[in-house]
Amino acid sequence: MNCDLNRTVLHGYLDGELDATRSAEFERHLEGCRECATALGAEESLRSSLQRSGLYENAPVSLRKKIRADLDAATASPGMIRIPAWRWLAMAASVLVVVTVSWFALPRRTNESSSAVPFTAAEMIDAHVRSLQPGHLTDVTSTDQHTVKPWFDGKLAFVPPVKDFSDEGFPLIGGRLDVLGGQNVAALVYMRRKHIINVFVMTTKEPDTPIHPPGLRQGYQWRHWRRQGMEYCAVSDVSDSDIYKLAQLIYQ
Amino acid sequence: MSGFDQGKGSDVLDAQDRARFELLVLPHLDAAFNLARWLLKSRADSEDVAQEAMLRAYRFFRGFHGGDARAWLLQIVRNTCYTWLEKNRPVELMTEFDEELHPQPSVSPEALAIAGDNRERLARALETLPPRFREVLVLRELEGCSYKEIASITAIPIGTVMSALARARQRLQRALTHASPQEASREL
Repeated sequence: MNCDLNRTVLHGYLDGELDATRSAEFERHLEGCRECATALGAEESLRSSLQRSGLYENAPVSLRKKIRADLDAATASPGMIRIPAWRWLAMAASVLVVVTVSWFALPRRTNESSSAVPFTAAEMIDAHVRSLQPGHLTDVTSTDQHTVKPWFDGKLAFVPPVKDFSDEGFPLIGGRLDVLGGQNVAALVYMRRKHIINVFVMTTKEPDTPIHPPGLRQGYQWRHWRRQGMEYCAVSDVSDSDIYKLAQLIYQ
Repeated sequence: MSGFDQGKGSDVLDAQDRARFELLVLPHLDAAFNLARWLLKSRADSEDVAQEAMLRAYRFFRGFHGGDARAWLLQIVRNTCYTWLEKNRPVELMTEFDEELHPQPSVSPEALAIAGDNRERLARALETLPPRFREVLVLRELEGCSYKEIASITAIPIGTVMSALARARQRLQRALTHASPQEASREL
């Protein structure tokens, strides 16, 4: 133990809570100090274990019901609560906006009506961007769905549905294995006017959903849905209308 | 953050308050339950305490003047949990918080990854920590709170959140990697 640095700083660095100067200072220190580098690695590993372990416990439905009853009892004007219709509409609209906006930003903290997506938007965008690096796009390159589909067989615990949509303007160009939220997933790669669309596919136990409203981050857009035990997320820099078209083709 | 200096909160709340509450506070029920669950280590007790905290939050709601509703609610949940612990499990609160941060030989990231891979083991390790260590970890790693939010929820000065987390993480690492061999083999 030769390092005499106060290790507390490491935690501020890990949490992104140091100011720019102290952060840069710590990074310089890190370059020359193996002990701190190892310690930081250990902390990062612990953090990802904690965050991926599913330790977060959502409130049970029974609790929600009891709380609603409590609120009813504690609110004036006994009997029916009179709220003008326009107010309900306004509330519903703002709830909808909040839900839509936060749906992907906080996928692990959703309520019972939309169950958790097992990966974050950031992870998905990262996977998409990584795939665009030279040589990373496809593990199997073929426009033939009958080549791409069997390729996944034995590499994953499931076989994703694979279809080519060249006739509709979305040629399949291949597939690869990827990792999202710590799980192995299939990535199907489609082309749209020289742009790449990644469709991530993984299994789910959740019920089917319609194609959800688009998400947007760092200039990329995505559409998410669940169908027949599979979870899908199509992501690209093409327009949302194109992503939606492809999503509909796959959904059918 | 003045949820508790609002007298008895005896205001009668009307439908408009109710609608605001449903919009601003109720969406954080999962956060409230999760914090209670990890402070009390029991789902059944947490359900009762989270229910009580939510009703208290509602009664104090006129004292909430905007801002971070999640932190405001979690502060009330935390206080309700501690009141419950004082009454039902006073021994648990008697742990010394200001333990020195001892330099210790670094645990290898690989060893930790293996130890942390098992949800049950991780949960048990977390539950062995004193409540004050457990809560900062839950708020930071599960709830994603900033240092500022952690400070306002737990009433520890913002300047000491970082060292509280450092100590809590060190404790958790120790609990994870020093689990008795019998326990480790039982899991296999």
